[in-house]
Amino acid sequence: MKVILKVWRQNNAESQGAFETYPVDNVSEDMSFFEMMDMLNDQLVLDEKTPIAFDHDCREGICGTCGLFINGRAHGKIRGITTCQLHMRSFEDGETIIVEPWRAKAFPVIRDLIVERTSFDRIMEAGGYVSVKTGGTPDANAIPIAKRNADEAMDAASCIGCAACVATCKNSSAMLFVAAKVSHLSLLPQGQPERNERALNMIEAMDEEGFGNCTNTGACEIECPKEISISHIGRLNREFLKASLKG
Amino acid sequence: MLNNKIPSGPLAEKWTHHKFSSKLVNPSNKRKYDIIIVGTGLAGASAAASLAELGYNVQAFSYHESPRRAHSIAAQGGINAAKNYPNDSDSIYRLFYDTIKGGDYRSREANVYRLAEVSNNIIDQCVAQGIPFAREYGGLLDNRSFGGAQVSRTFYARGQTGQQLLLGAYSALVRQMNRGQVKFHPRHEMLDLVLIDGEAKGIVTRNLITGEIQSHSANAVVLATGGYGNAFFLSTNAMASNATAAWRAHKKGAFFANPCITQIHPTCIPVASGHQSKLTLMSESLRNDGRVWVPKKKGDKRHPSEITEDERDYYLERLYPSFGNLVPRDVASRRAKEMCDLGHGVGETGLAVFLDFADAIERMGKDVVVQKYGNLFDMYKQITGEDPYEIPMRIYPAVHYTMGGLWVDYNLMSTIPGLYILGEANFSDHGANRLGASALMQGLADGYFILPYTIGDYLSGKLGEVVSIENEAFSKTESDVKNRINNLISINGNRTVDDIHKELGLILWENVGMARNKSGLEKAIDSIPKLKDEFWSNVKVTGVADELNPELEKAGRVADFLELGELMARDALNREESCGGHFREEHQTEENEAKRNDKDFSFVAAWEHKGNNLPAELHKEKLIFENVELTTRSYK
Repeated sequence: MKVILKVWRQNNAESQGAFETYPVDNVSEDMSFFEMMDMLNDQLVLDEKTPIAFDHDCREGICGTCGLFINGRAHGKIRGITTCQLHMRSFEDGETIIVEPWRAKAFPVIRDLIVERTSFDRIMEAGGYVSVKTGGTPDANAIPIAKRNADEAMDAASCIGCAACVATCKNSSAMLFVAAKVSHLSLLPQGQPERNERALNMIEAMDEEGFGNCTNTGACEIECPKEISISHIGRLNREFLKASLKG
Repeated sequence: MLNNKIPSGPLAEKWTHHKFSSKLVNPSNKRKYDIIIVGTGLAGASAAASLAELGYNVQAFSYHESPRRAHSIAAQGGINAAKNYPNDSDSIYRLFYDTIKGGDYRSREANVYRLAEVSNNIIDQCVAQGIPFAREYGGLLDNRSFGGAQVSRTFYARGQTGQQLLLGAYSALVRQMNRGQVKFHPRHEMLDLVLIDGEAKGIVTRNLITGEIQSHSANAVVLATGGYGNAFFLSTNAMASNATAAWRAHKKGAFFANPCITQIHPTCIPVASGHQSKLTLMSESLRNDGRVWVPKKKGDKRHPSEITEDERDYYLERLYPSFGNLVPRDVASRRAKEMCDLGHGVGETGLAVFLDFADAIERMGKDVVVQKYGNLFDMYKQITGEDPYEIPMRIYPAVHYTMGGLWVDYNLMSTIPGLYILGEANFSDHGANRLGASALMQGLADGYFILPYTIGDYLSGKLGEVVSIENEAFSKTESDVKNRINNLISINGNRTVDDIHKELGLILWENVGMARNKSGLEKAIDSIPKLKDEFWSNVKVTGVADELNPELEKAGRVADFLELGELMARDALNREESCGGHFREEHQTEENEAKRNDKDFSFVAAWEHKGNNLPAELHKEKLIFENVELTTRSYK
């Protein structure tokens, strides 16, 4: 099959970007989207042109490194997968495919389709942990946890930090990302001692990074490759309110 | 010459005695030491956090944008520990024994016993961090069983155990970053090790965004940089996984141990085309209910539904009536290759066998199969476009894990003083074959509970040592690194990096893969250096050195794979026996099983770099077994 790619090219955060068009022939429908990009890049190298820069690593949907806006959808149109899990059989022969980076104020473009997401690490630094040192912890079975809570905590903890939620949100809000971590730890007994500070500090860090506010459009939950529910945002709001009242 | 520093005394008391007799660094003196940690996956992140908690100043480096991207995250199945929560007679000794036997008696008793000993602390640690392990209704932890064991000792978090454990170590790490006790350098790749008076005192990195070459000094250097499976080009590793840090250290004097011993995982989605960039693992658990078969007739390309029962060869059930489809990884992989080599392979390429769930669906009902394996079936369908509920899966083995790695002593120190190696990057604990759910255990054992106890023994002797990047060893190394980069860019030949990497991968896969023989290995030893020459005269790397340049990153890594690949072949040629993941066709029983030679090969092969274009020199560390009896594995 053949596709026509319209790809965002941008040298760095300061420079102005633009779309460039690349027709790609001999695409097999068994290829992943990135293997099609690899083939195009190999050709660009042989033609003495600069290959398209994009972030990717595990290519099995778990590391959270990849993330492209494809035809206006974060990670493409198929629900519950990352960009690296997208295959060419999901496109029509001859289709024009528009490829863009995540666009958000808190994610400056590094080059072409690669953006800087260290703001997520800084939010985590503000409280995305239980303050335990290595060693001296009680026996694992000394902390019983209801299966229902453990399962719900796992639903939240499955976040891969890819930032599709931010990219798709019209406000560029990082609420689903923050909610996933706050929700995970507030559901577990281990997370209780720092529960209030965590909610307050992570929200504060999120605001400082320049992410927008949540207006409950629900777009994030639709595009989340791990299908994390916005009910966790509800829990985050409650946690934040409770913590604020306690001062 | 090789001193493994294994303490004397009874097996179960070695670690306790060793911890006591190792020198300590006074709490108020710890802040006077700088430690560099390269790689922030399970082993690196857990080590960085633990050392920072103790008070050391840690500089952590990763070529990823965040520690949470490391490939530890992709481990699915679980993590072993000898908790004996299911009351099924597990113990530290049993975990030790299973690991030694599973490794086909090519690992050290003392190291493996220590690993089993600290396994329980890891689970306690992870639970305290808030890792949402699977639980039973009563609120206690659930366990499941894995290959190579007759007890249920595997803890898991759905099919995402590696992810949850890495996020746990990452959370401990970001906490120390927030305290300023760890300085994290994202998107920095280590390109060389710096020695001062023969000891590891720093590294030279390239900033992957700006291209800047920088020196970093420390009192000790820790590498936790993963395995080298990507030498084969196609593997289950992430795209950027590479051996450069380990190989640069090897060229500076760290011995490389058992490089030929690699693990080929039997249940992966087969290669579809020459454009394939990586292989995806399907959990080993599928073999609990799926039946492996090929058509009896060679080259039979009919639709599987047209091939009747008596025209099928369920070869694992035929060859291994008692273990059937659940034989260990190395055996299942080798038999699949054999069937395909004989012309029974299925699919367009003929390089696949069927894994059929039709019987399971009939026996348990489709609903139960959906419950047990639904996510895996979906993943398979997403990649292949075929529905495994309707048509048997096609699977084929793929490179997965490397048991070989840099040689370390009992303290996890390499042959270079002050250089420590953790996790998959070292060779120490899995012998010739790693059991499922043991990689996560080892990575975290090294980082949380071993290195923090052993590194003080070295550092205590260095109190007051000042290491500065003003030392000429740094400027010399920096200039070597820059020259190498400039060479790569100036070649401007006709072949892309990937093109040459694929050719190397094919040579290794054909000759140093699942089954090896003398003539194939000699062929590899002959052709890899020629490919290396081709690389250095005809590779094409576009762009410049002082900005983001993914082609340049790949080129540097492939250049090192080319040298490592040759050593893998030499080691395989030297090891005239079959053991675990290393199968020499000349050394097999009449029933085509691996035949160990304990008399001549019960040793760790540690290779010393002697200079470019000179063959590496072999040093042997004899393996001494005082507690277990060496037996032949049988799965008939």
